Amino acid sequence: MSPRITQLAIAVAVLLLATAPLYVAPFTVTLLDYIGIYALVALGIVLLTGIGGMVSFGQSAFMGVAAYSTAWATALMGFSPWLGLLLALVLTGALAAVLGAVTLRLNGHFLSLSTIAWGLAIYFTFGNVEGLGNFNGITNVPPITIGATPLLGSDQIYFLIWGILLVALLLAHNLLGSRIGRAMRSLRGGKAMVESLGVDAFRVKLVTFVIAALLATLAGWLYAHMSRFVSPAPFDVTKGIEFLMMAMVGGSGHLLGAVVGAALITVLKNAVQDYLPLIAPASAGQLEIVAFSLLFILFLQYARDGIVPFVAGLLPEPKRRLPETAEPLARRAQPARGTPLLSAEACTRRFGGLIAVNDVSFELKSGEILGLIGPNGAGKSTMFNLLTGALPVSEGRITFAGADITRTAQRRIARAGIARTFQHVKLRPKMSLIDNVLLGTHTRTHSGFLSGALRLDRAEERRARHEALVQLRRVGLGDQPYELAGNLPLGNQRILEIARALAADPILLVLDEPAAGLRRQEKLALAELLRALRTEGLTILIVEHDMEFVMNLVDRIVVMEFGSKLVQGDPASVRADARVQEAYLGGVA
Amino acid sequence: MTSDIAAFLTIDGIATGAIYVLIALGIVLIFTVTRVIFVPFGDIAAFTALSLAALEMKQLPGTVGLVAVLAVLATLVETASLLRTGKARQVPRALLFYLVLPMIPVALVWIAAGGDIPLPLRIILALALILPIAPLLDRLVFRPIADGTVLLLLTVSVALHFALVGLGLLFFGPEGVRTEALTDAVWIVGGIPIAGQSILIVVAAIVFSGLLFAFFGFTLAGKSLHATAVNRTGARLMGIRPERTGTIAYLLGSLLAGVSGILIAPVNTMFYDSGFLLGLKAFVGAIIGGLVSFPVTAIGSLCVGILESFAAFQSSAFKEVIVFSILIPVLLWRSYTSAHREEDIDE
Repeated sequence: MSPRITQLAIAVAVLLLATAPLYVAPFTVTLLDYIGIYALVALGIVLLTGIGGMVSFGQSAFMGVAAYSTAWATALMGFSPWLGLLLALVLTGALAAVLGAVTLRLNGHFLSLSTIAWGLAIYFTFGNVEGLGNFNGITNVPPITIGATPLLGSDQIYFLIWGILLVALLLAHNLLGSRIGRAMRSLRGGKAMVESLGVDAFRVKLVTFVIAALLATLAGWLYAHMSRFVSPAPFDVTKGIEFLMMAMVGGSGHLLGAVVGAALITVLKNAVQDYLPLIAPASAGQLEIVAFSLLFILFLQYARDGIVPFVAGLLPEPKRRLPETAEPLARRAQPARGTPLLSAEACTRRFGGLIAVNDVSFELKSGEILGLIGPNGAGKSTMFNLLTGALPVSEGRITFAGADITRTAQRRIARAGIARTFQHVKLRPKMSLIDNVLLGTHTRTHSGFLSGALRLDRAEERRARHEALVQLRRVGLGDQPYELAGNLPLGNQRILEIARALAADPILLVLDEPAAGLRRQEKLALAELLRALRTEGLTILIVEHDMEFVMNLVDRIVVMEFGSKLVQGDPASVRADARVQEAYLGGVA
Repeated sequence: MTSDIAAFLTIDGIATGAIYVLIALGIVLIFTVTRVIFVPFGDIAAFTALSLAALEMKQLPGTVGLVAVLAVLATLVETASLLRTGKARQVPRALLFYLVLPMIPVALVWIAAGGDIPLPLRIILALALILPIAPLLDRLVFRPIADGTVLLLLTVSVALHFALVGLGLLFFGPEGVRTEALTDAVWIVGGIPIAGQSILIVVAAIVFSGLLFAFFGFTLAGKSLHATAVNRTGARLMGIRPERTGTIAYLLGSLLAGVSGILIAPVNTMFYDSGFLLGLKAFVGAIIGGLVSFPVTAIGSLCVGILESFAAFQSSAFKEVIVFSILIPVLLWRSYTSAHREEDIDE
């Protein structure tokens, strides 16, 4: 599908929406108003759940806080609805920031459980505050006025609702295509990789959470001034799971999923409310909840991805152009060859009673390739995790480029210029090759949330995309940059990790078994690449089991056994060392 | 507040907290074994109370219909999946476990309901009736997605809770019930009245927690449960079937929730939807225990009960708000004490 057809489809859709009140029945316009409002909440859930991997059952509570704030400000205090909006945004944003700060460091299910709890707490608060009308709510909420025109009818507020929704969709779309959007998309699947790329995962999560809450705020504000009345009931936890259902049924990985899901569930609910009383007159209300819950469970069991991804899979692949040539990103100055770059002094790491790394010291000089070898279980990967800050050392000191990084956070170490690959490949399989490599440029680029959403980042983004393509070509994966990373064979996934690490323009490249799973020709090509990088002045630390590969490549070797350093020296002397031979081959009888 | 009132509130809170302990232990048990955060445990407790009340009023409890429907559905699903995978020889076994066994308490209650049943028998019948619900729900709802993420399982679990509340209204009706007291005894200790019921609740909580501990420590089934909780794959390699341990965990958890339902029924008026708040407060306790530690969960649940009791005295309208608000400091504390460990186990 060419970009032109997509643009045409969007234009037609917007035109149809803009003229809808002219040709559809008033009842349908009201329905569309509700769909638009719910889609705003669902859009927040798409960003939170589908993109960022966090599940919230409490979006309805944020919507409620917003609706009550604006109702209090306008109906009780007599301010303008626009001031009500401001108050709602500030209050909800602050609430979300506090709740997020408390829960987002923990595993995902703690956040989700606490969303239920605070959803209930907020519901009971509304219902029990005298000044907010207890469970009866606040009546006589004034309509929103634009200029001197009050938006009284459902066909008037319609334009405001869908205007806000379309702008929100556009901004979200821009954001997802930006530097921060990529970081958001990479949150799913654990933070070990994300932090190793210099991304502050907590901050990205927190801002995503606040954005989702603010979208619910807009919805709550519109809701309050459209229905002209607020009470606790529309904002309880049942409603919260309904919003989640909308986003997931529509397709939580897609922005449009929010709109499609909101439309489908709202229409379905309407139909159910019409027909259920005919089947079961007495208990229709409860049957509705049962029916929807069961439908949702069946949906989650059999069609988790939702409608939009399913439809998108039927459409022909969009043709995408290769990134255009752009000015390269600024590079770091490499330290002078031969100067000490990294030193580990007496590093020890314990896991309970097990000592995985015991009193290991070594030094790495700028511009050399150092091999770290040893039998399985010698503690090599743990040593790597200590050096890159993925694990804290129990004792010892690590310095890098003159600075003490012993207790420094992983992402700061990444920013200082250490890039790594993982023994168990950590990529985002559902992101394209180029997006995976672009993640590597995170520390070299600076666009934030706002500049991403407003497309002020395009110049920098072009340079980053160009850089990513250059690195992909360099490692030999430049043919199909839009292939999904999960479709590559394992060996090539390791190579892709190297391209991602190179995109960070590191001073020190730390490779954990890069040749595992490669064929002979590919290994030769990899060795060639690493030599070329050394010539450019890059320092490389490598763990590898393929001795031929290591011996022909590295300048020096450190041998570890049972967590301790056994020997260090040049390849020939290490190969001749009796202790090394004993460690690998057993004692010579 | 005088010290007398404080002592009274504390005792009251411990009794309430003991109820949460029972439910919370079940929640942690299920979570560690199956990774499912089983939100509907509160509903199981409420349904037990409602069943007991129905038997007391010589009516047929709604649970009978619920269990029958679930048993038939589970049998159909299990038989279909066995036939599809060419394991027709296991069908009789499936019929026994998914249809015959759950139907035994249903049949017994069907026969006995309406007559004069002595209290202990009523309690046993109500518990027997409630036991099959969670394992049947497990077969129907969670087993098809057993390998899903914790968040997927949690989402399904929340949806399941709402389905159950709706079904609760259909099967039990909207009336609140309160069963007859298990004991009327009241002791005065140092000028503070202590209800026999409170003592009973606390004793039951201690006995059943002790039984759970003994089960884990001294029986093979308990050890296989523990093994599955520590490492599913490893347990599987040792010949432990996660589905089976899952069923045992659900049965045990249901028993704990059922007992708590029976204990709370004479003290609080129970409605078809009372289970949600009951369950959520137990969750606060379970979260204090990080959803892994049984002892910390028990202590946490007791604290929730005591806090609720004091909150109700200070401001009854806001007691729920206060109870749920303590989640914030609790989570804050957890996020700083367990930050490093979370990093290790991430992914």
